[in-house]
Amino acid sequence: MILNMLIAGFGGQGVLFMGKVAAYTAMVQDRNVSWLPSYGPEMRGGTANCSVCIDDEPIGCPLVLEPETLVVLNAPSYDKFVGSVQPGGKIFIDSALIDAKCDRADITAYYIPCTQMAKDEGLDGLANIIMLGKVLRETGFTTFEVLCEAMKKCVPAKKAHLVEANLKALKLGFDYAE
Amino acid sequence: MAEKFLMKGNEALAEAAIRSGCRHFFGYPITPQTEVAAYMAKRMPKIGGTYLQAESEIAAINMVLGCASTGARAMTSSSSPGISLKGEGISYIIGSDLPCLIINVMRGGPGLGGIQPSQADYWQATKAPGHGDGQILVFAPSSVQEIVDLVAKAYDLAETYRMPAMLLADGMLGQMMEPVEFPEVEPAVHDKSWALTGTKGKRKPNIINSLYLQPKELEDTVKARFKRYEIIQEKEVMIEEYKMEDAEYAVCAYGAMARIVKTAVVKAREKGIKVGLLRPITLWPFPQKEIAAYGPKMKSMLCVEMSMGQMVEDVRLAVNGSCPVSFFGHTGGVIPSPAEVLAEIEKMAGGAN
Repeated sequence: MILNMLIAGFGGQGVLFMGKVAAYTAMVQDRNVSWLPSYGPEMRGGTANCSVCIDDEPIGCPLVLEPETLVVLNAPSYDKFVGSVQPGGKIFIDSALIDAKCDRADITAYYIPCTQMAKDEGLDGLANIIMLGKVLRETGFTTFEVLCEAMKKCVPAKKAHLVEANLKALKLGFDYAE
Repeated sequence: MAEKFLMKGNEALAEAAIRSGCRHFFGYPITPQTEVAAYMAKRMPKIGGTYLQAESEIAAINMVLGCASTGARAMTSSSSPGISLKGEGISYIIGSDLPCLIINVMRGGPGLGGIQPSQADYWQATKAPGHGDGQILVFAPSSVQEIVDLVAKAYDLAETYRMPAMLLADGMLGQMMEPVEFPEVEPAVHDKSWALTGTKGKRKPNIINSLYLQPKELEDTVKARFKRYEIIQEKEVMIEEYKMEDAEYAVCAYGAMARIVKTAVVKAREKGIKVGLLRPITLWPFPQKEIAAYGPKMKSMLCVEMSMGQMVEDVRLAVNGSCPVSFFGHTGGVIPSPAEVLAEIEKMAGGAN
């Protein structure tokens, strides 16, 4: 599978949008993709998560229970999902919000202070997009150009003025070195 | 090639209905199908259609009855508890021989239940959507693209046989996004000389009715309907057979559950277990003959559902003892994982050796 990703955080952090941008890369490249959100009471302040699968083969189970790639944007999500990552998988941690250090030796952990970076760069609310840039860098599930194209497709016309900031956030994450 | 869109199942479903000629939607919001109504509310006024949020599910289904009486393509949509409320109306529509489309995006039950995905309404959909002798067509898509394809099919067959059709989805299919394209096909045109469109003084009035006080007359209408059911069972069954060519074991599953099973089947094949998937696409008519034919060829069958086991009864009836049929499932919104299904397949294969 090209991408088998679970993104988790608080409702409002852009968990679903981040997944949607990743999903749109498959539309650009004419690959198979599924995007499955958690839904229900978690949208009102609790945890939200979203499964994204991209493959050249048809997607079977759209629910990502054992992710190859896990993105956690808050501490409860880290605690809940760190154990589920496949051996050899990758975990991406917003280190501005999560103090924990991953003690699993069989997975690779990346610490990115996305929320702080967004604040410092005047990109409030785009920590999720900064993270997506980093995920792309480390997984290579598509190219940077395709991801930018997907981003443009995801931003609705009436919010077109936000495209530039989103592309800047992607680049920031893509270039981030720990 | 048609343009591809990334859409939620619920939205694709609504768009497919509109493209199939549906211009009249009557509904009442309920999770997890609210996007259907929301999409209709946005689109219908722009294309000269009706979007009407009724005061209740009961009102909505009776509006469908009235609208369908005129020969127009009508639709309602709900989720499990709401479908129970529609039961009376569905029975009236069956008894009135009217075509329409009913959507059930299933959630956990019984009662108010929960809002997570479930398949616990199989019995309701296929055995007793309402009171009385009667059936509705039941389609069970397993991808967003199949939702689109089956909506068109459902309207076509509903009008061919003058009966309600139901699309039985679940919260997972309704909420997930996948690429989808909408085939450029004109909706099929059917004879609707029975419709209530006004006589203009030129013909005898048509009557749409489900009340027959003479037992013999009622029996005759029911028997005539069952003659049509026989034709449907003969001609309209749909089933996907996946990796069944050399299979010694079969797993039966439908809808979103079948996708999870597919993943498990691929993994079991990697372990050398010759297993395939039988996926009914029409739940009524049930692929009775197709599954029966596999019975003697299989060492064992496993039915996996997001319920306590409902379709498994039809599978057992179909194979009629020609092979053992076991069951695995979760209910209440808990989704069986590919790993759990794989373990069940291994148990089935190990147990028979």
